[in-house]
This record gives sequence, C-alpha cells and structure tokens, in this order.
Amino acid sequence: MTVLVIAEHNNLSLNPVTGSVIRAAGLIDAEIHVLVAGTGCESVAEAARQYEGVSKVLLADNAVYQHHLPETLAPLLLPISENYGAILSAASTSGKNLMPRIAALLDVGQISDIVAVHSPNTFVRPIYAGNALATVESSDPVKIITVRTSAFDEADKGEGWAAIETLDQVIHQDKSRFVSENLTTSERPELAGAAIVVSGGRGLGSAENFQLLEKLADKLGAAIGASRAAVDAGYVGNDLQVGQTGKIVAPDLYIAVGISGAIQHLAGMKDSKIIVAINTDADAPIFQVADYGLVADLFQVLPELEALL
Amino acid sequence: MKILVPIKRVVDANIKVRVAADNAGVDLNNVKMSMNPFCEIAVEEAVRLKEQGLATEIIAVTIGEEKSQEQLRTAMALGADRSIWIEQSGPVEPLAIAKLLQAVVKKEAPDLVILGKQSIDGDNNQVGQMLAALCDMPQGTFAFKLAIEDGRAIVSREVDGGEQVVSLALPAVVTTDLRLNEPRYAKLPDIMKAKKKPIEHIRPDALGVAVKSSLKTLSVSEPEGRSAGVLVSSARELVEKLRNEARVIP
Ligand SMILES: Cc1cc2nc3c(=O)[nH]c(=O)nc-3n(C[C@H](O)[C@H](O)[C@H](O)COP(=O)(O)OP(=O)(O)OC[C@H]3O[C@@H](n4cnc5c(N)ncnc54)[C@H](O)[C@@H]3O)c2cc1C
Ligand SMILES: Nc1ncnc2c1ncn2[C@@H]1O[C@H](COP(=O)(O)O)[C@@H](O)[C@H]1O
Repeated sequence: MTVLVIAEHNNLSLNPVTGSVIRAAGLIDAEIHVLVAGTGCESVAEAARQYEGVSKVLLADNAVYQHHLPETLAPLLLPISENYGAILSAASTSGKNLMPRIAALLDVGQISDIVAVHSPNTFVRPIYAGNALATVESSDPVKIITVRTSAFDEADKGEGWAAIETLDQVIHQDKSRFVSENLTTSERPELAGAAIVVSGGRGLGSAENFQLLEKLADKLGAAIGASRAAVDAGYVGNDLQVGQTGKIVAPDLYIAVGISGAIQHLAGMKDSKIIVAINTDADAPIFQVADYGLVADLFQVLPELEALL
Repeated sequence: MKILVPIKRVVDANIKVRVAADNAGVDLNNVKMSMNPFCEIAVEEAVRLKEQGLATEIIAVTIGEEKSQEQLRTAMALGADRSIWIEQSGPVEPLAIAKLLQAVVKKEAPDLVILGKQSIDGDNNQVGQMLAALCDMPQGTFAFKLAIEDGRAIVSREVDGGEQVVSLALPAVVTTDLRLNEPRYAKLPDIMKAKKKPIEHIRPDALGVAVKSSLKTLSVSEPEGRSAGVLVSSARELVEKLRNEARVIP
C-alpha cells in the first residue's frame, strides 16, 4: 500500500531530511506520496516532487497550517490516512510532536526513530540511548513511523513528474495558538546534515570561549554542536545539543572538545565515521569511542589546530 | 488547579545496560531503577506551580509492577499529594499507557497533565502526545518554560531550529525538557511524610481499558561497538592523521 511522507519545511524550502524519510519510505513501498502542509509553500511542493519514487504531492496551503501545530495537522491528516499503509516523518521535533497524535487518533501504535527497514512491517530502532537495537514487528493496519534521518541517505532526485494535488480542508481550532518563535539563523551548515561537526562541552567554560570552536568550524566548513551541559550552562542554544534527547548526527568527522562522553551524549554521535576527542582527562569515556584522541588542554590545542588548517 | 503527573520507573540514567544473552531484551537483573529523569522534572514543575499558589493538588500516577510504587513514594516526597498505582506487569506500549491515563483523566479531571517528554528506556517520546489526542486536549511538548496566564498555559518549547512559544487552553498536556527546571532532592522529613500519603491501587480492567499490543519485539541486539583508536601527541599529528590516514579533511 502507498506510503505517505510528511514534509519538513519552513514554508519556503524543503528540509533535506525529508529526502532521507523518502529513502526509508521507498524501502516499505514503491509508491510514495508527500504531504506539504503550510502557507505559501508551493516552492516546497515543487521541491518534494523532484524526488525519485514520489508519485504525488498533496498540498494543503492555508494560513492555518503556517506553524504546523499538531492540533491543526492531525485532523487534516486523519481522513486521508486510511489510503495509506504507512505514514512517515522525520524524527525531528515537529515529527515527534505530530505523529503520536495521529497514531492515537487512528488507534494504532507508533514506531519511533527507525534506523532500518527489514520488511514493510519489520523495523529496527535504538532503545536505551542507543545501547541496544530492537527489531520490532508491527501488526497495525497503518504504520505510523518516525525516521532517524542520519541513518538513511537522501533519496535521489529524478524527473519531477509527480502530480501536485491540493487539499482544500481548512482546520480551525483555538485550543492551541502559536505565540512566537525564536529560530537561530546561521551561515554554517545544518547540524543534522553536516559532513564535519565540531562540538563543545562544559570544558569550554563560557559562551565567549565557544568562539574558539567557531573559528575552527569556519576553517573546516563544519557545523557546531554541543553537549547538554554546555546548553544548560547557557554557552549555546538548545538547537545545538547533540545526544539522546537532542540531535542525532553521523558526520564523516566529529570533533568532541571538552566533552566527557556521557552515555546520553554518545547516543547522538557514536555513528559518526571518524571521532576525535580533545580532553585533559585521559580517563574520560569519550576516548573509548574516539578514533583519534588528544589528551591536552583545549585552550592550547584549538588555536594550534586553527593555525594548521 | 489540579495537576496530574504520570511518572515511570526506569533503569537509572547512569547505568549502561547490556543486551541479555538470549537477545530477548536487556539485562535488568540487579540493576538500579529510578524515576525517569524527565518525570522528575514534571513532578518538580507541578510542585513549583503549587508553591506559587497556582496549583491546589498534585496527583502522581504510574502504570507498572508492584515496585513502581517506590517511584510514587519519591514523587510524594518531592511534593505530590497523593498517588494512583495502576498495576500492570511487563512492558506496556505507549498507546495502552495513554488509554489508561485517559481513564484517569476522566476520573480526576485535572486542569493540567505534565509528563516527561521521553522515557529513557524505550526512548518513545509518544505518551504525552497520544494522551492529548485521546483527551482532545492541546499539547505543549518539550517545554523549557511554563506559565499559567488567564486560564491558558503558555509553553516555551525546545524545537530543532530554536525555540517556539504556544498558548494552550486548559485543560492541556505539557511534556518536559531538561532545561525546564532542576529537580530538588527529597529531604528526610518529606520522605517520612510521603510514607503516609495515600496510594490508590487500580487494575486496568477496573478502568475499562483492555491493554493491547501491536508491536512485537523480535530481537534485541548489541549495536556495533566502537573501539578506542589511537592517542596522538600533538595538534600537528592529529591534522596529519585526519588528512592522510582518515582522509576526512582536505
Ligand atoms: C535524561 C538525560 C538526558 C540527557 N541527554 C543528553 C543529551 O542529549 N546530550 C548530552 O550531551 N547530554 C545529555 N545528558 C547529560 C549527560 O548525562 C552529561 O551530563 C553531559 O553530556 C555532560 O556534558 P559535558 O561532557 O560537556 O560535561 P562534563 O561531563 O562536565 O565534561 C566536561 C569535560 O571537559 C573536560 N575539560 C575541562 N576543561 C578542559 C580543558 N581545558 N581542555 C580539555 N578538556 C577539558 C573535562 O575533563 C571533562 O571530561 C542527559 C542527561 C540525562 C539525565
Ligand atoms: N508506565 C507509565 N506510567 C506512567 N506514566 C508513563 C508510563 N510510561 C510513560 N509515561 C509518561 O509518558 C512520558 C513519555 O514516555 P514515552 O512516550 O514512553 O517516552 C514519561 O516521561 C511519563 O511521564
């Protein structure tokens, strides 16, 4: 049965994580539809139809969908969901917010954060902060799934022949209202898709010192990440947090600076191809997963690295 | 304002679990169990609302085996007034948890339900959203700030791109993120007092909920391990290795 993918976007551009969800969807069924709900988001629909495997884009374009509130999106999705064997989204904060709400309304379970598809009803997902991988089989008529996008490559782009069909329903509700948002804009690559990530922890000591990391990141064209401790201490915003309860990344190169390597942090980065750790404490657990470890003071090493690159 | 706080007994966050030899699950023998950290934050937030005079009563509820009453006692030592223990052994899927909690919501009619955003054993991140759907309540997930103003909950949420604020009509569901607060430690007199607070014991069938399951765990395996690599002695050597050995930088 056809698979529906919920597009992740900001009304202007399609987030490439959607391409990874489409890749996962293609492992469940060859026929894929994409839902683009938002306002003034034709360009997003246009981008979605470019992916290979997508045969139809459903476009719900109305001001009520601007902020993707689950209280508005779930009733929009409910009537069309019976056409699908599975509905997938990224395991992003918006996917996590929306999908369980739909699942409950459909009276089915949800399979969170899948990292592999074994068959149309068998999936692999990490549990216990990634310390175990569970293979689970779902007997639900509609499978509601969130996808760990770092585990799937972005789908290929094709001819872009998919039809765009508009959904005219307009859902009004007042129980939940959008008030405001404060989104960080950065010139650097997105954390989730970056090839190189430079991450800082409590060892950085202050927000000002994070600039040392920024200089290194600029030299490498890297995204910046952080441990929870660095976020809690206010050195950086929460959108940079890597870990069990933050973002999951799997870049080619992950450089952990002044991060001890708690289980919860490792959960977010241990699938990186090459891991580098820079830490004064030779016993820090981060060295147990690092391909290259440097036991040294970050305040000495960071300027040296910057000069060498 | 009445607040319901669903809490879960889980493996302690500091423990690195091992996959059981038969690959049926993880080995939980003699492992330290605690309240899910996000649930502790939920309890703390409810207690703060009560201390501010905004909440009148806090009810902790858990679905679990007999020993999960320990976590209810902890919640009451932290400030919950009373508890409900829904007895159920073995793992229960989030949808069934949400249905049981929905029955409790019907019975207790809370103005606010505060849950953790995620249980650190199953890493589901589902129950709060499912409960909100079943009760037709609005949801404020991943909260790092919560205020009650003019009969609405103003929830500041951690989202991938930064922060978002939503305003929710009460009754509403809120799920907690780590930054919402720092839970207090229970003091000895409060732990003693908590022993006298009531725990109501209910069985799922008494709530009219059939606990169903639609997800079968076929196997649980150890992820591919990483082993420690090499120590380098200088920044120069590191750059050299990254360039010529790992070839991850130009
Ligand atoms: C439920 C739960 C969920 C969590 N989720 C996450 C998550 O998603 N992500 C996450 O990261 N954490 C998470 N945590 C927190 C986690 O347990 C750790 O507390 C956190 O990762 C520690 O961050 P850190 O390594 O920066 O700090 P610390 O553990 O304090 O380590 C700092 C390190 O810096 C080193 N250092 C100090 N000075 C220098 C110097 N001058 N040069 C070099 N090195 C130096 C020290 O040797 C030390 O190893 C979670 C915790 C819980 C309970
Ligand atoms: N067995 C349970 N009993 C009570 N509350 C639960 C239970 N399981 C989950 N919850 C609540 O739902 C939150 C999210 O859990 P989950 O969806 O399993 O990640 C937890 O932090 C708890 O607040």
